[in-house]
Amino acid sequence: MAGAGGGGNDVQWCFSQVKGAIDDDVAEADIISTVEFNHSGELLATGDKGGRVVIFQQETENKSQPQCRSEYNVYSTFQSHEPEFDYLKSLEIEEKINKIRWLPQKNAAQFLLSTNDKTIKLWKISERDKRPEGYNLKEEDGRYRDAATITTLRVPVFRPMDLMVEASPRRVFANAHTYHINSISVNSDNETYLSADDLRVNLWHLEITDRSFNIVDIKPANMEELTEVITAAEFHPHQCNTFVYSSSKGTIRLCDMRASALCDKHSKLFEEPEDPSNRSFFSEIISSISDVKFSHNGRYMMTRDYLSVKIWDLNMENRPVETYQVHEYLRSKLCSLYENDCIFDKFECCWNGNDSVVMTGSYNNFFRMLDRSQRRDVTLEASRESCKPRQVLKPRRVCAGGKRKKDEISVDSLDFNKKILHTAWHPQENIIAVATTNNLYIFQEKVN
Amino acid sequence: MEDTKPEETNVEEQKDEENKVCPEKLEEAKLKAKYPHLGNKPGGSDLLRKRLQKGPKYFDSGDYNMAKAKIKNKQLPAAQTEKTEITGDHIPTPQDLPQRKPSLVASKLAG
Repeated sequence: MAGAGGGGNDVQWCFSQVKGAIDDDVAEADIISTVEFNHSGELLATGDKGGRVVIFQQETENKSQPQCRSEYNVYSTFQSHEPEFDYLKSLEIEEKINKIRWLPQKNAAQFLLSTNDKTIKLWKISERDKRPEGYNLKEEDGRYRDAATITTLRVPVFRPMDLMVEASPRRVFANAHTYHINSISVNSDNETYLSADDLRVNLWHLEITDRSFNIVDIKPANMEELTEVITAAEFHPHQCNTFVYSSSKGTIRLCDMRASALCDKHSKLFEEPEDPSNRSFFSEIISSISDVKFSHNGRYMMTRDYLSVKIWDLNMENRPVETYQVHEYLRSKLCSLYENDCIFDKFECCWNGNDSVVMTGSYNNFFRMLDRSQRRDVTLEASRESCKPRQVLKPRRVCAGGKRKKDEISVDSLDFNKKILHTAWHPQENIIAVATTNNLYIFQEKVN
Repeated sequence: MEDTKPEETNVEEQKDEENKVCPEKLEEAKLKAKYPHLGNKPGGSDLLRKRLQKGPKYFDSGDYNMAKAKIKNKQLPAAQTEKTEITGDHIPTPQDLPQRKPSLVASKLAG
């Protein structure tokens, strides 16, 4: 396994590829809304606000030239969701793809789940590299032959053709969510998956589209009593009975489906006690968890709130075992961030293959690599200015106040429209995919 | 945030220290100065309900036609006071609603 260890400061990251248009005039449809590697890392899927999915495939490595790193090229692209209108409620349903999750590969085809606010779809992506030729009743272009002209009989045969990758919707899981779907997660049993909206979590069977079980319901009888919403949910990577969901109040609840059919009562509640003297108007808003991810080994989970990343040991509920500041310098800018709505931005986070490093995005197209084993962190930038092949990324530093050193950027110069909300890490190698507003950057570990 | 309280007894310096210690509170003061009517419960139901109804405009053909007919006295029977719904005063017209068409253009990532 190449480069599975480390990934923090002892790894140097180099530019590999960038996908997307260069121009600054970004059409709304082109805004990337999700990025996900499949289980082998060979495929990389992106979803956008226009409801489209683009899948890239890693080229098979050239064994004779190991320094020539494999690139990701377009494999398939399709329109997953389309804009809809709910006539009953007079509401538009956006086609934006909120999440993509791959199913583990079982046969030659690949399967993924993609979801917008209301509907989840199972897509099958399959390759076709041969086609039947020599029909008796049809011409090669499909037109039917005049029966009178047929004098002989032949057996059609399969002949090779140029590779064609086809995406077809195999299941549509609709009408189970009143509120907006924020998460989907495939169970380790490979048969079921969960979908979560602001107030409910539902369990589905991959084969069954007309029924869904509600497993969490936090909707109060009186909506005026609503104090928190579900922000993310995920199944445990190995225990098929366990899942977690996070809330807008900064708590995470772990539920065991063996305990009862409706998991309104949690098995564990993870919450860090707050210092009441530090409480401010912003406290609750910045404590809202925007993403929760189990570690690959299943022993930890990571949460992302507005200013920090926290690592929790599943055996300890009363506080995280590690806390990393993502961009602490923003604490003194909360007023303006509230006014421009940036305080509500939902950043995601991800683990590397061996759970030693975590990554999350920030503003100004910066992203942060937090090395747990070495207790070090680095800030890097996804920028068109660092796009020479194999160019090593230089660490960036933000000056919070006082004298700005050379090469530092001051907080007030940060571009808050350049947000990195979605990032993904290859499951085995040190290859990362970082999405800016409308571009996808791929960085790889520097190989000497 | 773990910060030790300063030991200076000088009031001004202590205030500075407190501000350094709690930048959030400083930011909160700024916000309250700009928006004095801001409620004290930012995470409370109002914000959440707004969040749950993100985006789209309501179009009620009844309201629309009434507005077109310029009926001043809105003697509409209030069957349900939907206090949970946050509707604006502006009645959207078909021209206000954005065109909803699927993207026929391929993603630029695939270009």
